[in-house]
Amino acid sequence: MDNNELKTGQGKIVVTQLDDLINWARLSSLWPMGFGLACCAIEMMATNASGYDLDRMGVFPRPSPRQSDVMIVSGTVTFKMADRIRRLYEQMAEPRYVISMGSCSNCGGPYWEHGYHVVKGVDKIIPVDIYIPGCPPRPEALIGGILSLQEKIRTETLFPAKKT
Amino acid sequence: MANHVFLDKIGGSPFQEFIVEVKSYAGELTILVKSQYLFRMLKMLKEQYEFDYLADITAVDHYTDEERFEVSYNIVNLEGKQRLRIACRVEEDNPTVESVVSLWASANWYEREAFDMMGIRFKNHPDLRRIYMPEDFEYFPLRKEFPLLGIPGSIELPDKVERSF
Repeated sequence: MDNNELKTGQGKIVVTQLDDLINWARLSSLWPMGFGLACCAIEMMATNASGYDLDRMGVFPRPSPRQSDVMIVSGTVTFKMADRIRRLYEQMAEPRYVISMGSCSNCGGPYWEHGYHVVKGVDKIIPVDIYIPGCPPRPEALIGGILSLQEKIRTETLFPAKKT
Repeated sequence: MANHVFLDKIGGSPFQEFIVEVKSYAGELTILVKSQYLFRMLKMLKEQYEFDYLADITAVDHYTDEERFEVSYNIVNLEGKQRLRIACRVEEDNPTVESVVSLWASANWYEREAFDMMGIRFKNHPDLRRIYMPEDFEYFPLRKEFPLLGIPGSIELPDKVERSF
């Protein structure tokens, strides 16, 4: 190879850290699972559609949990739905991420006190990475949440320092 | 009012002994029927007066009344453009009425809903299970004595999945 190419980075070899490469790949193709629970799902669909076009960030809904990287819990989590959400989460391959979208799945929302049927936060059943406030959050807020998740993934490492 | 034409029609008919009370409010006609005649009344309305569409079945909790629950049927005559509400009172100890699934198939899920939320039993229903709440739920959440806050622990949550990576 030409020595010049190595110096300018235009050559056939790119030297990088494995962490950076893997994180870059993961955060650039965050495929969410295509499921919605309530009115937040309408905003999520609007965000996926041409107006906000989530595809430009590599976010593209998948019909199966086995092909998904991130679960967007968009809406009210009822007790009856809790088992199903847990099962869907367990079917996703690791690494898997969860975005809790909207007040209902953050903490129960309008049902946080009066409501016999609503789980007071989806984080009671699955670990959540990003919480998006709003009722429902605007598409800009969902995009903000996805960008925050990307920043979170960027700091990950394959071999974390052992906790002492 | 179109409904009153219907009332004239049933005047003097065998309906009279079924009926407890006729109420008209805001242009809507409600006929309160004795519970033992409810099925026959609805059957006649469907077959002879062409109320071919069952819009809804619902239940009301009149907490302090002797006959506590009111089950009401909203039926529509699509051809004649008439709407009618048939209501019937049942007691708290035995909140049972005859199922109308054999008349309108759409009654199936309406009756399951009324059973799930209010605990109304529908005799001869093909599959009277809870429709919204988990099947092992023990209460009827739209009854007046059910607390607004719900009953903590009445529905089991699955264990939390721990973060594994």
